[in-house]
Amino acid sequence: MGRPEGIGRRRFLGYVIAAPTLVAAAELAPGAADAAGEGVPSQDITEILDLNDMMTAAALPTSGLITVEVGTDGTVSFALPRAEVGQGITTSTAMLIAEELSVPVERVRVTLADARPELLFNQLTGGSNTTISTYTPIRVAAAIARQRLLAAAAAELGAKAADLRLKDGVITGGTGSIAIGDVAKKAAAAAHQKVSVELTAREDFTVIGKPHNRVDALAAVTGRKKFAMDLDVPDAKPTMVCRPPTINGKPGSVANLAAVRAMPGVTDVAVISTGVAVRAATFGQCIDAVRALEVAWKPGTAEGKTDESVLRELARAEPPLPPKPPLVQAVEEKFTFYFRSNSALEPNCAVADVRGDRAEIWASLKSPIVAKQTIAAKLGLPQSKVSVHVTEGGGSFGRKLFFDAALEAAEASQKMGKPVKLMWHRADDSRQGRAHPMATSRVRATYAGGKVLGYHQRHTSVSTDLGHGLGEIITAMAAKLPVGDIGFSETFFQLSTTMSYDFGVHTRLLNETDKGFNTGSMRNVYSPDVTCARELVVDKLAAKMGKDPYRFRQDFLRGDRARAVLDKVAEAGEWGRSMPDGMAQGIAFHAEYKSVSAALVELDCRPETVNRPIRDGVAGPRVTKAVFAVDVGLAVNPCGLEAQMMGGIMDGIALALTSSLHLKDGHFLEASWDNYFYTRQWNTPPELKIIVMPDTSDEPGGAGELAVAASVSAVACAYGRATGTMPTSFPINHGTLSFEPKPTVPPVPQSPTDGLDR
Amino acid sequence: MPEHTFRVNGEQVTVDVADDVRLLWVLRDILGITGPKYGCGINVCKACTSHVNGKAVRPCSVPVSALEPTDEVTTIEGLPDTVGKELHPMQQAWLDRDVVQCGYCQPGQIMAAVDLVRRVAAEGREITDADLDGIRNICRCGTYHRIREAIREGAEKM
Repeated sequence: MGRPEGIGRRRFLGYVIAAPTLVAAAELAPGAADAAGEGVPSQDITEILDLNDMMTAAALPTSGLITVEVGTDGTVSFALPRAEVGQGITTSTAMLIAEELSVPVERVRVTLADARPELLFNQLTGGSNTTISTYTPIRVAAAIARQRLLAAAAAELGAKAADLRLKDGVITGGTGSIAIGDVAKKAAAAAHQKVSVELTAREDFTVIGKPHNRVDALAAVTGRKKFAMDLDVPDAKPTMVCRPPTINGKPGSVANLAAVRAMPGVTDVAVISTGVAVRAATFGQCIDAVRALEVAWKPGTAEGKTDESVLRELARAEPPLPPKPPLVQAVEEKFTFYFRSNSALEPNCAVADVRGDRAEIWASLKSPIVAKQTIAAKLGLPQSKVSVHVTEGGGSFGRKLFFDAALEAAEASQKMGKPVKLMWHRADDSRQGRAHPMATSRVRATYAGGKVLGYHQRHTSVSTDLGHGLGEIITAMAAKLPVGDIGFSETFFQLSTTMSYDFGVHTRLLNETDKGFNTGSMRNVYSPDVTCARELVVDKLAAKMGKDPYRFRQDFLRGDRARAVLDKVAEAGEWGRSMPDGMAQGIAFHAEYKSVSAALVELDCRPETVNRPIRDGVAGPRVTKAVFAVDVGLAVNPCGLEAQMMGGIMDGIALALTSSLHLKDGHFLEASWDNYFYTRQWNTPPELKIIVMPDTSDEPGGAGELAVAASVSAVACAYGRATGTMPTSFPINHGTLSFEPKPTVPPVPQSPTDGLDR
Repeated sequence: MPEHTFRVNGEQVTVDVADDVRLLWVLRDILGITGPKYGCGINVCKACTSHVNGKAVRPCSVPVSALEPTDEVTTIEGLPDTVGKELHPMQQAWLDRDVVQCGYCQPGQIMAAVDLVRRVAAEGREITDADLDGIRNICRCGTYHRIREAIREGAEKM
């Protein structure tokens, strides 16, 4: 279409799978893996190969196993081997299939695939990689289905396939028209066949690139969308765990087992690895029982630790900066980022039905294969006897990379001999759940005569647990990476952080210390902290060198795409407009996942704003306006992309201003949403503008985590400019404890009873 | 066990459960009405927001014994019936603005929004930024801006 013969668009290989109805499967996804070899030599490894190339390359050998099925009712089904946790991938996947198959998006049914160990690395949802790694294989499978349907219809309609037209699920030409459902059986294959196909050219797209509302929106707004705890699994009764007062403490003896077993509604009480599990008729009765349990607790993995003691550990582990050259000027700063909770609104939870010889698990899981393997090992069952169903997730932000609740549910169900619906209380989720590790970042930039001569960053972090499968990907791919023999955290760090400025000699190093905490990513692992530190230093460099922060970035940023998003926010956000004392603009840039982004915010730090009264919450400086520009290369669904940017901006505001965990005596003080101050309506920018830049590529970049880094940085820079003091510790309010900590014994608070009075 | 009788989404129900079990668990664990979501259990996240006699309450903080037989509990599932349509105007505004991300908090957000619009209308005024700032429902996906847009849009059609 639209190209002369002979110039020939690329053909892709795939299969038609033997089945009663048409099933098409994609062959390998080409492209991304080749790019590693073709890159122009550069000072930055991420320009040759970034984290997404590695994840995509790791997924290649098995991508062919994804299948698109056309039913006789004309619907198209696809089981996506990824987790939908709000990021909109079921919608964007339906769009890809609708594009290649010329069916309405509403006729495409995208479900979440069960754990499929044969997919190896290709069932991990993370690193903002879903669209990057599945964009081509899903389209290839759909295009093959289209090709088969046209061929089958040609025989029916007495015409050549090339003369037929497929639109809205109906094939027209020759003697009339026929619906795709009516040829789905004829298009099926009796034996597997390998075929080749061309994909729709970008200029011919009618679905990809057009805003589309979410396919699950109606279910969500009517309460019909089913999350794990909404499933009706027979006899799976509410189950909660009484947990230790310190991080990862272990249960010892229980003084009142018999009494708790006799409490109203309680059916079972069992000691498991992480605490004492209670199964009851209602979660309310679980809470009562958890509060009543008298457990002797053994020490945890962070006994006695505090924010201050961990800061000292980090200081000891900090890698040295190179010697400062003589005769240059330098900016050197150190930044601290406290622990942050990656709790989603849906707490850790899972349903498990474990019988003597088999187990069935339901949970929102971003690494279901590793979950299945680990659960099978824990239960002493062969993997083939453990079914793991991936449910729709109520948010993730990194949390659902882990399967802590699924593992517990399996253990509790096995010990009780009954199905369980296990849910963490919010207090458990806050105190024993995963956290983004505390980190410091030391930066030194040297300059002379209008040039930046060197930029060196030393990031030191409490260890990030990557034991959810990404570690395996990195280990398996490590030999192919041009980074030498370094550990997978350092590999991840090198691949996920980049140097976007022309700052001369550049080095960045990560060192990790202390594996005693339950950690994980939180809408990024390293980038928001690393970028925030860098952007603050950029502002300081600009000031020292007598330049405007925007103009300085414009001068030093590398690449047209980078400068374009920066210019866009400066223009749309009216950079440099005059503001009252105590208010200022901040501007920042971040590149990752083959995407570029820039944020401009206006921040009100005037006392009357900072000190405005908020009941059971934190006011603080208010972002009054946020302007964000994003170029993901190719935006599959601009509406969903905008939503992801909006969420990332809210996370960035929280990271800069309000949200952190306070560590004291081996536990986090925060136990619920009235302690942990994620962005609330009163913190949101009344003015928000998100600009999706015109496509600059044939391939989509990542977006799920992208917006956080530029946003937190812009807010931090604005705070420095509004107050005249560059912030060096995040969030800025960490030094003030804005709540009364809840007790750790009992571990969960009782529900109030005055709900009708408020 | 004691019996408790009240109305849910237009139907009279009777449950056999201890007095102090909170309404959220009666709805979810006994009656199988799963639209109201658990997010904290202490009336701070507002994810379970539903209506009792047309006013927003948090079922996690209402003992079932506090309900009278004539009390009408409306959850997200029963909201469309209150206007006799397939969808309440606020739900439609939510769809039009594509507000939802993960969707977990959204039933509570919509029930809180309907309550806000009713309260503001009763005061004979328009919704202000301060009203929207006062919404306490947490959305961890951060779709706050579209929530604000949808409430203003839904209010016009209520």
